[in-house]
Amino acid sequence: MSIFPFIVVAWVLAVGLYGIITSRHLVLQIVCLIVVQSSTYILLLGVGYKTGAVAPYFYDIPLNTPAVDPVVQALALTDVVVEAAVTALLLAFAVQAHKRFGTLDPEELRQLQG
Amino acid sequence: MTSALQVTILVLVAGGATAVVLTRDPVRQVVSVSIYGLLLAVLFMAFQAPDVTLSELTVGAVALPLLLLLTLAKVRKQEE
Amino acid sequence: MTQSQRRWIFLVAGGGFLAFYLWGLIGLPGFGHYPGPYGDIINAIAVPQTHATGVVSAVNFEYRAFDTLGEEFILFIAATGVATVLRHLRQERDTSAVDEARNREVPATSDAVAMVTLAFIGPTVVVGWYLASHAQTSPSGGFQGGIVLATAFVLVYLAGQFIVFKRLSPVALTDAIEAIGAGSFAAVGIAALASGAAYLTNILPLGSTPGAVNSAGTIALISFFVGIEVCAAFILIIGELLEQTLIVREGDR
Repeated sequence: MSIFPFIVVAWVLAVGLYGIITSRHLVLQIVCLIVVQSSTYILLLGVGYKTGAVAPYFYDIPLNTPAVDPVVQALALTDVVVEAAVTALLLAFAVQAHKRFGTLDPEELRQLQG
Repeated sequence: MTSALQVTILVLVAGGATAVVLTRDPVRQVVSVSIYGLLLAVLFMAFQAPDVTLSELTVGAVALPLLLLLTLAKVRKQEE
Repeated sequence: MTQSQRRWIFLVAGGGFLAFYLWGLIGLPGFGHYPGPYGDIINAIAVPQTHATGVVSAVNFEYRAFDTLGEEFILFIAATGVATVLRHLRQERDTSAVDEARNREVPATSDAVAMVTLAFIGPTVVVGWYLASHAQTSPSGGFQGGIVLATAFVLVYLAGQFIVFKRLSPVALTDAIEAIGAGSFAAVGIAALASGAAYLTNILPLGSTPGAVNSAGTIALISFFVGIEVCAAFILIIGELLEQTLIVREGDR
């Protein structure tokens, strides 16, 4: 049972990829990309976890308490903000694509590039 | 070893991801992804990471659904 | 390539990926048995070295401050990119969005929505300011505080009209604040260079008690600048998308 979080990571990644492949609407694809990115947060935090440890904030606990890894938490924090920025830019592209081609269906968008 | 709380939340997250992908209406999927962000935030708290919880709550349950809804409103207005 | 062909390729590729993933998973030490020395070292030395009790913020803004500089500029470029991609195309009328908003007939906001959102603006600003200024003590930080502050502005849009939202956050002012936030982060690093140390070293006085608001030197300063930059970037992005819902194409009216 001690690799269960990593199995969930693989499942979320696979489900998100399946959603990207089989959706017929650009905004649906962008939301499935959000799901794929969220699997990496779970992986990062799962790697740094220590059983029985506390969060690495020593404001009111003694300094030698075993704590979880703070470096992967900093990486996951960066990851979340980058996800927001990338999604905003992708949505702007989707709006512009709809303005130019009149459709948000990825199948028809591919055929329009004559 | 994963505790019982962590196993429960992990199962809920896996189910939530499946629910987000299987929702086929864009506006309903925005609500789904907001709830999924809340589930992820609870999971990060169970993994002892409060900073990442705060970020995921503000980004995934507030900022991203707002951007998605604005895009959908713009697209729907262009189709009229 | 049809849909069903794509699904078959996905299944085959997914099977191969799963095989490699499980092979790599066997070599991992298992969930909960964290072996690496790096996390333990940082936990042991972060508080005496930087007088910041929030170790994750200390890692973000001091030990890996260059990474955070790059991430902040990613947000900056995303705001610029959204403004560039959503620029007016040639066939769209060149009136300002505020004028269009005045002529529109919007359904009036219900009283319940207006009252609740107006009541929440004050606490939202306070919470956002608290999060942005307490990065070194508790689980908070510049990014979270910035986004919560941006949410306060969006609450104004929800309670009132688009015109009020635009008056509270003119594009020129928001642009300037975002630039000041991003530039000040880089400038703090250059100030460290000017005083003889490496780029982005912590050169301000560290404060006596670990975890007080005025401790930890440049960490608090950088976190504050990141907060106002993130807030301005999000207001710009949301403002751009809101303006898009009001632009009229020629021949539509």
